[in-house]
Amino acid sequence: MLISEDLTCRELVELVTEYLEGTLPPSDRDRFEQHVILCDGCAFHLDQMRTAVAVTGSLSEESITPEAQETLLRVFRDWKSG
Amino acid sequence: MAQVEAAEAELLDALRAGQESAFSALVQKYHTSILRVARLYVSSPATAEEVAQETWLAVLNGIDRFEGRSTLKTWIFRIVTNIARTRGQRDARSIPFSSLGEETTEPAVEPDRFAPAGRWAGHWKSYPERWDTLPEERLVGAETRARVQRVIDRLPLTQRQVITLRDVEGWEPEEVCSALEISETNQRVLLHRARSKVRQALEGYLES
Repeated sequence: MLISEDLTCRELVELVTEYLEGTLPPSDRDRFEQHVILCDGCAFHLDQMRTAVAVTGSLSEESITPEAQETLLRVFRDWKSG
Repeated sequence: MAQVEAAEAELLDALRAGQESAFSALVQKYHTSILRVARLYVSSPATAEEVAQETWLAVLNGIDRFEGRSTLKTWIFRIVTNIARTRGQRDARSIPFSSLGEETTEPAVEPDRFAPAGRWAGHWKSYPERWDTLPEERLVGAETRARVQRVIDRLPLTQRQVITLRDVEGWEPEEVCSALEISETNQRVLLHRARSKVRQALEGYLES
């Protein structure tokens, strides 16, 4: 098993957000990617983080309640007639 | 982009002409986001509702003066954050102390998952599980989402603010920094902690 000696898995997991944000300096990004290519554990971890971001994003698919919609239409009508 | 702008211009014209359908469309599009953003500044759902309502009234009253120097969305959310921040300061005393503080060091993954010493020090003792082979329904199911929401609700305030704006609402890092008045580095650290906790919670749930 070949794992890059200079970046441990424990260190890598703390760099994931910087990696995904694209804010790692190029040399660090290369080390990060080299490590992930050679280490299944970190590849799975990275995928888990991406999944966590995607699931969090799905929380926005929520729609307005009919009550709130009604209230706001009343606000609109008052405003218009006001 | 041009299409978005054209659609927005049309919506604005209709709204200025007092068309209820235009207002209704805008409400459908932004109301839940407005509520979610308001909840990041005020402590009760009822107050957030009030902030949202005040926001819509401010949008209606200001629509004639809106000059299109920013997008309508950006303009609306600037109104929300202003109103919510003012309200939030007024009821700041009702926010429990613990949620204002930030823990100092919080590893993204429990330290005991890594070998402590020897040739493999700092490497996984056993690999994390693969999630790319899980059934899609498991990941997008209502129960999974409810759990993620609960984790986010329990995060320290600034982490909750950052992950909600970035990952739920999809704001750009710069927009989040300016709304929360924090540095880019700070924003990234808070995002990392928050995402790591969401991942941990999902791990506990998906692999149980």
